[in-house]
Amino acid sequence: MTPTPTPAATPTPVAGSEQPRCLAHANSDTTAGAGVEPEGAAGDERARAAYAAAASVLDPEVPVLTIADLGVLRVVTLEGGRVGDRDGDQPTVTVTVTPTYSGCPAMEAIEADVETAVRAAGFDRVVVRRVLSPAWTTDWMTEDGRRKLVDYGIAPPSARTSGRTPAATYGPVLVSLSVRCPQCGSPDTRELSGFGSTACKALWQCVACREPFDHFKAI
Amino acid sequence: MTATTMPAVATYALRLGDDSLVLAQRLGGWIADAPQLEEDVALGNIALDLMGQARTLLTYAGQVEGAGRTEDDLAFLRDERDFLNLHIVERPNEDFAVTIARQLFFSTWQLAMHQRLVESVDETLAGVAGKAVKEVDYHRDHATQWVLRLGDGTEESHRRMQAGLERMWPYVAEMFVVDDLELALASDCVAADVSTLRPEWDAYVDSVLAEATLARPDDGWTPPAGGRRGLHTEALGYLLAEMQHLHRSHPGATW
Repeated sequence: MTPTPTPAATPTPVAGSEQPRCLAHANSDTTAGAGVEPEGAAGDERARAAYAAAASVLDPEVPVLTIADLGVLRVVTLEGGRVGDRDGDQPTVTVTVTPTYSGCPAMEAIEADVETAVRAAGFDRVVVRRVLSPAWTTDWMTEDGRRKLVDYGIAPPSARTSGRTPAATYGPVLVSLSVRCPQCGSPDTRELSGFGSTACKALWQCVACREPFDHFKAI
Repeated sequence: MTATTMPAVATYALRLGDDSLVLAQRLGGWIADAPQLEEDVALGNIALDLMGQARTLLTYAGQVEGAGRTEDDLAFLRDERDFLNLHIVERPNEDFAVTIARQLFFSTWQLAMHQRLVESVDETLAGVAGKAVKEVDYHRDHATQWVLRLGDGTEESHRRMQAGLERMWPYVAEMFVVDDLELALASDCVAADVSTLRPEWDAYVDSVLAEATLARPDDGWTPPAGGRRGLHTEALGYLLAEMQHLHRSHPGATW
């Protein structure tokens, strides 16, 4: 059974007014809160060990990236228990993860792997919590992760724009940055399909070397 | 417990969850049957995003209801009259152009709706919407690209795309109908008031159709809005029979 997603951020209710237009679309950036530091990694050696165990888990669909590289691992915290207590008064390790896409089928495998890894590091009480908010963005992928993707043959996500370019709007033409071919490095590439072999990837082709390749979509 | 006796937030979550679930099931029908391999993959991925939204929303509806029903209970053990999705998502796939017309109409609506829902005071609904706006933006773009290509393509593709628009148009009106339940939730800053979305929807769809050299269909016959109250077209029963058969025939079966 899926753990209940419990969003971490509390949305600010808009002050009441005569006209209940509280959900008026205002182009708000829903990704506020990006770059949360793993609180549990600071200080205590035990917390560092728990964090390192969770951070070592690989994404089953792109098995060169850890969930820390991806930004799927958000926070690891330790609560209760006493360090070094051999009578079983163990701290509870809470690992907070967030899915890349709503329907990402790798989440359940990742959650099971996190629990296994943290238990293997000597913690018996492990809680894996899934949160939806703030929504994951490719901006959270580490530089190290981007390099690993290229080495693996996947073009890393480019800087995020405000979504897909609307094809039918008038006015200034938005210039999109080219995606560089991970095989030969050429910027002369084209999108074959906005959707690829997994939810997080699009299918591209290099015009120079003719090789098709996956591009990690920027969202 | 029927939908009418559920807490309002649970009913609302079920409505949005059923939209996503039923359309995911419909789009899954294209896998291995789309005009090209990339389309099998694209429609399958869109279905997967919708399925993810549905799982969170149905799980949440079950929790708010408090009667112990899980996402699986709600997806597989409810009958037709207990499903609260819009009619447009349950209509048969038919021609590829009909499916693409639905994708344009529904994803344009769903994006506008979720763009408001991200500000909901309900944290779960806001969290679902925060992810959905990113995903549905891609779904709308996918539909837009196809409408442009087919509408402004060959004589045959233009004819079929226009026919697809006409086929789905009668089911557009229901997307903008609100009832007392949604109005009350909207005034509490929980739900999006879909009756306010029409001008934005019209502006986007009209601009795509104009660029695709297609005509906006005339408003003609419109079936009575009933999906949100469990009154459906004939198509839903057949869809549910296929979707629920395995779960009901083999209770407790797992992979």
